[in-house]
Amino acid sequence: MSRYLLKRLVLLVPVLWGVATLVFAVTNIIPGDPVDLMLGETARPAQREVLREALGLNRPLAVQYRDYLAGLLQGDMGTSLHKKRPVVELLAERIPASAELTLAALAIALIIALPLGILAARKAGSGTDLVAGGLAVLGASMPVFWLGPLLIIFFSINLGWLPVSGRSSPLSLILPAFTLGMALSAILMRMTRSSLLEVLPQDYLATARAKGLSEGRVLWLHALRNACLPLITILSLQLGALLSGAIITETVFAWPGVGRLTIQAIAARDYPLVQGCVLFIAFVYVAGNLLADVAYAWLDPRVRLN
Amino acid sequence: MRSNTSIWAGSTVLGFIVFAALAAPLISPHDPFAQQLADGLSPTNWEHPFGQDKLGRDIASRVIHGGRISLTVGFAAVFISVLVGTIIGAVAGYAGGLWDEVLMRVTDVFMAFPGILLAIALMSVLEPRVANVVLSLAAFGWVGYARLVRAQVLSLREREYVVAARATGAHPIRVVVKHILANVISPVIVEASFGMAGAIVAEAGLSFLGLGVQPPDPSWGAMLAEGRDFLLIAPHLTLFPGIALALTVMSLNILGDGLRDWLDPAQKR
Repeated sequence: MSRYLLKRLVLLVPVLWGVATLVFAVTNIIPGDPVDLMLGETARPAQREVLREALGLNRPLAVQYRDYLAGLLQGDMGTSLHKKRPVVELLAERIPASAELTLAALAIALIIALPLGILAARKAGSGTDLVAGGLAVLGASMPVFWLGPLLIIFFSINLGWLPVSGRSSPLSLILPAFTLGMALSAILMRMTRSSLLEVLPQDYLATARAKGLSEGRVLWLHALRNACLPLITILSLQLGALLSGAIITETVFAWPGVGRLTIQAIAARDYPLVQGCVLFIAFVYVAGNLLADVAYAWLDPRVRLN
Repeated sequence: MRSNTSIWAGSTVLGFIVFAALAAPLISPHDPFAQQLADGLSPTNWEHPFGQDKLGRDIASRVIHGGRISLTVGFAAVFISVLVGTIIGAVAGYAGGLWDEVLMRVTDVFMAFPGILLAIALMSVLEPRVANVVLSLAAFGWVGYARLVRAQVLSLREREYVVAARATGAHPIRVVVKHILANVISPVIVEASFGMAGAIVAEAGLSFLGLGVQPPDPSWGAMLAEGRDFLLIAPHLTLFPGIALALTVMSLNILGDGLRDWLDPAQKR
């Protein structure tokens, strides 16, 4: 297992280097001068030069790239132009809120998906299965930037039960987490159903029932345990949707996380901060995928042996 | 049976949406840009079945015209993604060796950007124009197709009929295009229908964040962003563009499900 982990970590190095390079390329090489975008076309040449100097854009590209990579290796992502503070510091302030939202969304997705998926698999082909399938299609088709406002209209404005936005109380978390977790729950539900359908007819479950185990124990302990491998794959594949969905969800609910910081940085044309936020989210995604791969290898020894 | 129903249901709803988008200038009840400031935020009524936005523009007409942008961006982004992904996947899978290694490592880097993050990063430095939105969506969209095509090519390239084609001296491009890609097309079509749903949501997401289609052009995402400021007094601003968007995405997802079951019955569950 440790050899497998080491191999995966070594393979991660070129990917992280590639990610850092691509983010650098996006903000430095592609057509469109950041200085033009920040100051507008009417700015004077002297103003442009001052900003160019401040951003370090007057240095040769290779030097900028070298300094950028060296900074990253030392945990330095530069300084925000707008807030005049280190990017790492700004990110650190926002990480708890983003982590809270993403984990709560994941929990809500699992709480909805597992029972519904099990129910749909046990009653495959019935009306219940059809309704659950319909709910899954509906859930997967509702973008967070529509579902979020609909929930605000219903639960916050009409019923007055939950706060409209912000992170002032534990209740503030419910709507954004539900919004973000909904699409994931739809996909997980379908996967739970199809994985269970493969497992349910197998002999070992008949044996478990013959031993006198309750149906709940058979399903949750024996069937679901073997059906959870594909779920981990889907979770790692959907982690991307969860992270990028969080950017929009945080914007909808004014949730003070990294996603909202990214959009605020873009609006303020604060490129070092944009660069830092994008890099951070990509790194979290890569780390999440690594975690899923390791969990998969831990649960299924064939993976690490291959 | 169920796959036929899905294909029928998905393509009927999608056909209706495509027709509405194509015939937008003919069927729109009003000019989508015409402002009636005095009637701003009016709710639904006989003359304006979906109500009016803050500038008094007819929401129904803007939703119908918005479909043109969403479908065009979705189709163009998926077309470019499929083209680029298929070429890269076919070269990596067929050529193998160093080509495969280099191209797949590049793919890994692009895959390290979750969802629309790369498009958000690109649109933060590009001008918010429709063409740039298409390019930024294709910039991350091709990766899935490259992986899919590569995997298919790897499994097909040693089949007897492919080996036979090579033995007759056929040019590698001919072998790939005529004998391999012809058999890869089904899973790519299925993936493309899901991909188009994803691209339409991504375009709307970018426009919602203010990074995509800009006012006064009607885009479902931008209309939803506008509606956010008036949730309390004019929820219809949020309701109708969202229904149009969700219906389009749902029809594409149902169509994709049906096509997958029909073209690959082994996956049906």
